[in-house]
Amino acid sequence: MNPQLLRSILPAASLAALLVAIFWLQPRTMSYFGLNLLLNLAVPIALATVAQMFLLCVNDLDLSIGAFVSLVACIAATWLNDTPLLGIAALAALVAAYAGMGALIELRQLPSIVVTLGMSFVWLGLAVMVLPTPGGKAPDWIRTLMTLKPAFVPFPIIASILIALVVHFGLMRSSYGAVLRGAGGNPRSVARAGWSMLRVKVTMFALAGLFGVLSGIALIGLTTSADANIALRYTLLSIAGVILGGGEFVGGRVSPIGAVIGAMTLTLAGSFLSFLRLNPDWQIGAQGAILIIVLALRVLISRAEAKA
Amino acid sequence: MTALLRQPWIWSWLAALAVWLGIVGFTGGQGGMGVITAALTFAAFYVLVALGQMFVVTLGPGNVDLSIPACMTLAATVAMKLMAEANHLILLGLAAAILVGLAVGAVNYALIRLLSIPPIIATLSSSFLFQSAAIWYNRGLRIKPPRALADFSTGMAFGIPSLAVVVLAVSLLLHLVLTRTIYGRRVLAIGQNPRAAKLAGVPVERIRALTYVMCGLLAGLAGFLVAAFSGGAALNMGAEYLLSSIAVVVIGGTSVNGGFANVPGLWGAALFLFLLTTMLNTFGLGADLRLILTGLVIIAVIVAASGRRTAP
Repeated sequence: MNPQLLRSILPAASLAALLVAIFWLQPRTMSYFGLNLLLNLAVPIALATVAQMFLLCVNDLDLSIGAFVSLVACIAATWLNDTPLLGIAALAALVAAYAGMGALIELRQLPSIVVTLGMSFVWLGLAVMVLPTPGGKAPDWIRTLMTLKPAFVPFPIIASILIALVVHFGLMRSSYGAVLRGAGGNPRSVARAGWSMLRVKVTMFALAGLFGVLSGIALIGLTTSADANIALRYTLLSIAGVILGGGEFVGGRVSPIGAVIGAMTLTLAGSFLSFLRLNPDWQIGAQGAILIIVLALRVLISRAEAKA
Repeated sequence: MTALLRQPWIWSWLAALAVWLGIVGFTGGQGGMGVITAALTFAAFYVLVALGQMFVVTLGPGNVDLSIPACMTLAATVAMKLMAEANHLILLGLAAAILVGLAVGAVNYALIRLLSIPPIIATLSSSFLFQSAAIWYNRGLRIKPPRALADFSTGMAFGIPSLAVVVLAVSLLLHLVLTRTIYGRRVLAIGQNPRAAKLAGVPVERIRALTYVMCGLLAGLAGFLVAAFSGGAALNMGAEYLLSSIAVVVIGGTSVNGGFANVPGLWGAALFLFLLTTMLNTFGLGADLRLILTGLVIIAVIVAASGRRTAP
C-alpha cells in the first residue's frame, strides 16, 4: 500500500480501531443510544479543536482556548438565558476580542504563546466574575438543539460531519482559504503577493473565537449548568486533537476533517479506558500513550514514504 | 545610563520596582521589607523552573517544555515517599528527585528525537504519563517532608530566605554556564540559526539532549523544594508553574524565538509576578479582578518590551 495514502487514512483508521475495540468490549454501545452517549461530548471538543486548528494553521498556538470556552459557557448559562440580547452582545464582543488579539500579535510581532497565556488569565477572571459559583441554566433552545434525536443517525455524528464539511470547504476548497493556509506556509511570500497579513491573522483569530463560542454553547447544552473551570482541559485536548488529526505544527498544513476525527478519537479514548476497567490512576497516562503511539505510527509511515 | 537601559533584563526589574513602590505607597511604608522576604522565597521557585525553561526556549522556535508541572509533582511525590519523614534520608530523597528529573528530561528528548515531533507535543504527551505515574505512586496520600528539611526550607540565612540563597547560587552558576562556557554559547548559536550552528560543527542533537535533561533536573529539584516548603507533595502542586515558567522567561527579556537569553531578567520577572499578585491582594481586589489584571499586565509588559527588541 502506498505510504501517502496510509498517512492520510491514519487518523480515520485510529478512530475506527478504537470504535471496534469499544464495540468488542461493550457490545451494548453498538446502538443508537450507545453511540449518542459515547460521542456526545465530542461535539464541543471538536469545535474547540477546529478553533485551535485555525491558529495552528498560521503558526500560532492558543493556550487560552480552554479558559475561553469556560467563559462562553458561563455567559451562556447566565446572560444568554436571562437577557438574551445582552448575552449575544457579550459573545459577539468576545469574538471581536479574539480578532483584536490577532491584530495585536501581528502588528507588534508578539509571540502568540505569551499573549494567549496572558489572555487565559483574563478569560478565567471574567468567567469567575460572571459566575462566581457553579450553576446557571442553559437556555432551552440550546438544550433542545443538543439533545435532538434525529432518525437513524445520532446527533453527535451528524454534527461532527457537518462541522468537518463546513470547515473543509471553507478552508481547503475556497480561494481565500488557500491564502489563509499559504500565510502559514510562507507569510512573506503571501505578503509579497499583495495580501494583507493583518487581515489574514484577524480573520483566523476571529474564526477561532467564533468556534470557541460555538464550543462553549454546545458544551452548556450538554451539561445544562456551568462553572468557571468547566473546560480548562480543552486547551491541551484541542492541541492534541489537531495533531492526532494529521495537522502539522508549522507551515499551514492542517486538516479540518482530521481535526474533527482527532477530537472524536480523544473523546472515545476516555470511554475506551473506562471499559477496559483500567486503574483510573492511569487514565490520563493512557491518553498520553495513545497520542505517542499515533505519532510513532506517523513517523514509521513517513520513513516508508521517504524510502518509496 | 543608556547602556544600562539597553540591557534586556532591566525592564523586568523596573516593573518589579514599580509594583513594590505601589505596595509600599498603598500601605504607607508598612511591611515593605516583609513583602520582599516573602517575594524572594516565592520568586526563587519561579526562577528555578524558569532557568531550565529559559535554556529550552533559547534553543529556538517550538522549543518549550510543557512537562515541568508533571515532573515537579512526580519528583516531589517519589522523594517525599522515600524519605518517609526521616531526617537521615533527606539526601536519598534529594537524589531521587534529581534522578526523576533526569529521567523525565531523557524521556522527553527521546520522544522528540525518535518520533521527530515538535517538543511542545512531545512534552505534552509525556506529561500525561508522568502525571499518571505520580497519581499512581502517591495513592492520594500527603506525606510530610522530614522535620529538618521543612525547617531548612522555611528558614533564613544571612537575613534572606535560605531557599533564595540556594536558588541564587544555582542562578549564578547557570549564568556562568550561559555566558562563559562552550555549552552556553552553543545553545545560543543553535537558537540563532540551527543550520549555521550545525555547519559550524556544533553537535546540535547532543546540546539539545543536554538542555532537555537539565530542564528536567531543575524541575525535579524545584518539585523537591516546593514540597519541602509547603509541607508535602500535592498532585496539583506544579500546575501554576506551567504558565509562570514561560511568562517569567519572556518577561525577563529572553527572546521567545530563541538565540538570546539572560539570567538576571528571570529574577526581575519572578519578583514582578509575585509582587503583582501581592499588590492586587493588598488593594483588596477579588479573585476575578486579580486574574484579569494579572493577564492584562503580562500582556502590557510583553507589548512594551516588544518595541525595543525588534532591532537588536
